Amino acid sequence: MKYELQPAMPPPSNLIGVVGWLRKNLFNGPFNSVATIVVGFFLISFMVPVIQWIFIDSDWVGDSRDACNSGGACWVFIISRLDQFLYGFYPEAELWRLQLAFILLIGSIVWLVMPQTPKKGLVAVWLLVIYPVVAFFLLYGNSFGLIQVETHLWGGLSLTLVLAVVGIVASLPLGIVLALGRQSEMPIVRSVCVIFIEIWRGVPLITVLFMASVMLPLFFPEGMSFDKLLRALIGITLFQSAYMAEVIRGGLQAIPKGQYEAADALGLGYWQKMILIIMPQALKLMIPGIVNTFIALFKDTSLVLIIGLFDLLAIGQAANQDPKWIGYSTESYLFVALMFWVFCFSMSRYSQQLERKLHTGHGNRA
Amino acid sequence: MSSDISNSSHKPDGGPVQPKSPPTDKTKFWNDPKKRSLLFQVLLLSALGFVFYTIIDNTLTNLEQRGITTGFDFLTSEAGFGIAMSLIDYTEASSYGMTFLVGLLNTILIAVMGIFAATILGFILGVARLSDNWLISKFATFYIEIFRNIPLLLQIFFWYFAVLRTLPHPRQSIEFLGSFINNRGFIFPAPVAEDGFGLVVFGFIAAVLGSWIISRWSAKRQERTGQQFPVFLASIGLIVGVPLILFLLSGMPMGLEHPELKGFNFRGGITVIPELIALWLALSIYTAAFIAETVRAGILAVSHGQTEAASALGISKGKTLRLIVIPQAMRVVIPPLTSQYLNLTKNSSLATAIGYPDLVNVFAGTTLNQTGQAIEVIAMTMAVYLTLSLLTSFFMNWYNARIQLTER
Amino acid sequence: MSHSQATDKLMVELRDLNKWYGEFHVLKNINLEVRQGEKIVICGPSGSGKSTMIRCINHLEEHQKGDIIVSDIPLNEDIKNIEAIRKEVGMVFQHFNLFPHLTVLENCVLAPIWVKKMPRKEAEARAMELLERVKIPDQALKYPGQLSGGQQQRVAIARSLCMNPDVMLFDEPTSALDPEMIKEVLDVMIELANEGMTMLCVTHEMGFAKTVADRVIFMDGGQIVEENEPHEFFNNPQHERTQLFLSQILQH
Repeated sequence: MKYELQPAMPPPSNLIGVVGWLRKNLFNGPFNSVATIVVGFFLISFMVPVIQWIFIDSDWVGDSRDACNSGGACWVFIISRLDQFLYGFYPEAELWRLQLAFILLIGSIVWLVMPQTPKKGLVAVWLLVIYPVVAFFLLYGNSFGLIQVETHLWGGLSLTLVLAVVGIVASLPLGIVLALGRQSEMPIVRSVCVIFIEIWRGVPLITVLFMASVMLPLFFPEGMSFDKLLRALIGITLFQSAYMAEVIRGGLQAIPKGQYEAADALGLGYWQKMILIIMPQALKLMIPGIVNTFIALFKDTSLVLIIGLFDLLAIGQAANQDPKWIGYSTESYLFVALMFWVFCFSMSRYSQQLERKLHTGHGNRA
Repeated sequence: MSSDISNSSHKPDGGPVQPKSPPTDKTKFWNDPKKRSLLFQVLLLSALGFVFYTIIDNTLTNLEQRGITTGFDFLTSEAGFGIAMSLIDYTEASSYGMTFLVGLLNTILIAVMGIFAATILGFILGVARLSDNWLISKFATFYIEIFRNIPLLLQIFFWYFAVLRTLPHPRQSIEFLGSFINNRGFIFPAPVAEDGFGLVVFGFIAAVLGSWIISRWSAKRQERTGQQFPVFLASIGLIVGVPLILFLLSGMPMGLEHPELKGFNFRGGITVIPELIALWLALSIYTAAFIAETVRAGILAVSHGQTEAASALGISKGKTLRLIVIPQAMRVVIPPLTSQYLNLTKNSSLATAIGYPDLVNVFAGTTLNQTGQAIEVIAMTMAVYLTLSLLTSFFMNWYNARIQLTER
Repeated sequence: MSHSQATDKLMVELRDLNKWYGEFHVLKNINLEVRQGEKIVICGPSGSGKSTMIRCINHLEEHQKGDIIVSDIPLNEDIKNIEAIRKEVGMVFQHFNLFPHLTVLENCVLAPIWVKKMPRKEAEARAMELLERVKIPDQALKYPGQLSGGQQQRVAIARSLCMNPDVMLFDEPTSALDPEMIKEVLDVMIELANEGMTMLCVTHEMGFAKTVADRVIFMDGGQIVEENEPHEFFNNPQHERTQLFLSQILQH
C-alpha cells in the first residue's frame, strides 16, 4: 500500500473564529460561564455610568462653576487651574524656565530609553551629573541674569518631578557607597552601613519627613536655617539611599565571582576593579530595580504635603478647598491620579520590558 | 621556533629581564591591608563620633535657647487633649504616655484590619489574574495596574474626602439593617452579652479544642491505617455548630444596643469613624494589588511539570493543589508577603493626613506640637516601626533558613 | 618529547605552604620549586587542593602558613608586593572569566593600560599581535558572548599574555570546553610552552603533560604525593594512590 500524505484539515468550527475564542476564553465550562456573566454584568453596570460621567455628560468649556450644569464631571475646574497643577505658583513670566528644564529632562530620558540611540553612557552622565546643576540654575535662578524664584513658589507636577529626580540622583552615589560598605571586609564599616540601611528601611517615610522638618533645624548651629524644600530633599535622599543600596547590593551579588578573580589576577586595584569591571556590569542588572524604586519614590513624594509643600496632590487638595469650586474633589483626585498613573505605569512597563530582556539574555552575556 | 609570544621585546625597558621591584622586607604600614583597614575604621569612627558630638551639642544648645526640656519626664504629665478613637480608656486627663499607647493600639488595629482584608483580596486577585477566563483575568490585571500605580495618599484622600465626607449628615443617615451610615461614620448596633452567654463562649473554646484533637487523631490514624477523615469539614461543623446550638438552647442570651439619634449625633451602638474606614479601604485596596502580584509569581514559580507529575500519579485536582502546588508556592510567596505586611504597617502612618488617631498622628503630631520635645517623640515613634521591621526581618531570616534546610 | 628549557633561576618557590578553610586543612606542607622556563603539570582528584595551590601563588587565596616567593618577591601582607607579583603572573581560568561588557580587544588592553600605564596605541598593537598568535585577530571587535568556548579561552590566554608575565598559571583551562574545542586551546598552550614560558598547569590532559611537561605533580588530600618527569610518572608511578588515579583516568 502506498503511503499518502494527508492534507491538513481545518479544525472544527467551534475551535476557531469569534465563537471559538468565546468558548475558549469566556465560556469553557459552567462555572466560567456563570462567572463571565456575573462579572460582565457588574462591569457594565459600573463602567457605563462612570464613562458617561467622565466623558459624555461632562463639561469642558467655561471659566466658572456655572459652566458645569450637565450633571457629569466638571473638567472646567481642572482646566481653569491647569497651570497650577503643572507649575504651582511659579511666576508666569518665568514659566519658560520650568518648561525648558522639563523638555531637557524628558528628552534625555527618551534618549536613554530608546533602544537604538548611540552614546547612552554620555547621556546618562549628563542626566545624573550635569543636568541637575543646569536645572537648579534654571529653576532657582539668582544667577546668569535669571531672577530668583523662591522655592515656596514651586509646586504641582514640577515640584513632584524635582523631588523625585533629586531624590533618585542624589541617592545613587550614596547608595553605591553604602552597598560597597555593606560588602566590605572591615567589620566597623560593614556594621555602620548595615545599621544606616536598616534604620531608614525600617521606618515610614512620613516619620523621616517629620524628622527632617522638625529635628534637622535643631542639629545645626543657631542661625543656620534651611529651606523647607531642602529639608524635605535631605530626608528623602537619606531614606531613598537605603533602598538604593539594597538594589545595588543585589546587582553586585549577581556578578559571578570569576569576574572579581579575573580582575584581581590581572593586577587591577580595588577601585579599578569596581569601576572598570564590576559596576558597569552590575549597573545594567540594576536598572529595573532602580526604576522600581523610582516609581515607589515618585508616588511617595506626595507625602510632602504633610509637611506643607505643594506637590501635585497638595495642589489638588488646595483646589478642593477653594470656596468657588466646592464639590468637585472627585474630578481633581481623578486628574491627579491620572498624572501619577501615566508616569508610574509607563515606567513600570519599561522596567518589566528590561527585566524580560535581561532574563532572555539579549545582553552580550553568553 | 617562530616569533616569540612571551619574550620581552615589547617591555618598556626593552631588556630581556624586567627589573623587579626590590624585595621589601619592611612593609610600610599603609601597604599592609590589615593595618590600613584598621586605620580607616578608626578614622571612620572618629568622624562619626565628631558628627554625632556636633549634632548633639548643637541640639542641646538649641533646645536650651528655646526653653525646651529634655528627657522622658513628659510621658507622665497630663496630655490635655482628646482623641477621637481609643481602644482603651482615655480622657483628656490621661498622660502623654497614654497617648503613645492609644496611638500604638490604633496603629496595630488598622494594620491588623488592613492585613486581613488585603490578604483575602490579594489572593483572590492573584488567582483571578491567572484564570483562564479572559474577562476575569483582564479585570484582575486592570485592577492591579490601576491601583498600584496611584499614590496611596491620594487613594486615602479620595475615599475620605470624595466619598465618605460627602455622605449625608447624621439626621439624613442612610439606614441599613439597624445600622446607620453618615458622614460621621458607620454606626452599628452593639451586641450586649446577657446571662448565660458565658456558656456559648465556653462551647466555642471547647469546639476549637475538639477540632484540634480530631485533627491530631485523624493524622495518627491515617499514618497507621491509611484511612482518611474529613477533618476540615468536621472542624467547621464543630466550631460553628456547638456555639450556635448552645446559643439557641440557652435562649439566645444576647441583646443588641441600638444606636439612637440624639440631637445632631448618634448615641449608643458601635461607631466606626470615617477616618478608619477610609484608611482601611485605601490600605487594603492598594496593598492587595501588590499581594496579588506576589501570589501570581508564587503560583507561576511552581512549574507546570509538578502538576503534570501529580496527575500522572493519579492525585486528584484538589489534593494536587493542597499537597503539591500550595506548599511550593507558599515558599516563594511568604517572604515578599511579609514585606508587604510590613509596608502596609508603615503606610498606615499616612493616617495622620486625614486625622485617624494612629501613633504618628497623636504622638508624633499632637504630642510633639504640645511638648516640643521633637527628639524624644520622633525617636520613640521611629523605634516602634524599627522594632516591627527588625522582628519581621528576623522572622524572614528564620523562615528562609528553615525552608532552605528542608530543600537539601 | 620535551626538551627542558629550564634555567637555574627560581621563578616560584613554595615553602611549607599551609592553608585552612575554617577547620578544613586544604594544603598541607606544600614544597615546590619552579625554575624559569619549567613546565609543571599538576593533577589529582577533585578536592585535592591543586587549584587552591596555584591560586595561592597570585594571592587569589590567602595562605596561613609558609612562604611564597615569586621571582624574588615574597608574597606577604604588603599590597605593593601582591600587586608586583600579579603583574608577573598571568592566570587562565576554567570558565575563562572574560569581561562580558568589553570587546575582545578591550579585554586585552584593559590591564596593560590601567595597571602598567601603557599608552593605548602601544597596548592595542601588542594585543593585536597576541590575538594573531592565538589565531583570532578577526574577532577583536566582538564581545566575548559572541565567541565559542575555545575562542574565549584563547582570548583569555592572550589577555594574560598582554601583561608580559614571567609565569603563567592555568587552572583547568580545558575542562569547561566541548571536546572539539580542547585541541585549539592545547595547541596554543603547547606553542607557548615551546617558547620557553614558565607554566604551572592544573589539568587532566595527560597527552599535554607527556608532550610539554618537565615535571608532573600528583596531589591528593592537600599534599604532593608524587613528583616526577612525565615518562617515569606515567610508566612507573611509585605511589599506590598515583597508580589508582592513573588507571582511572587513562582507562578510556
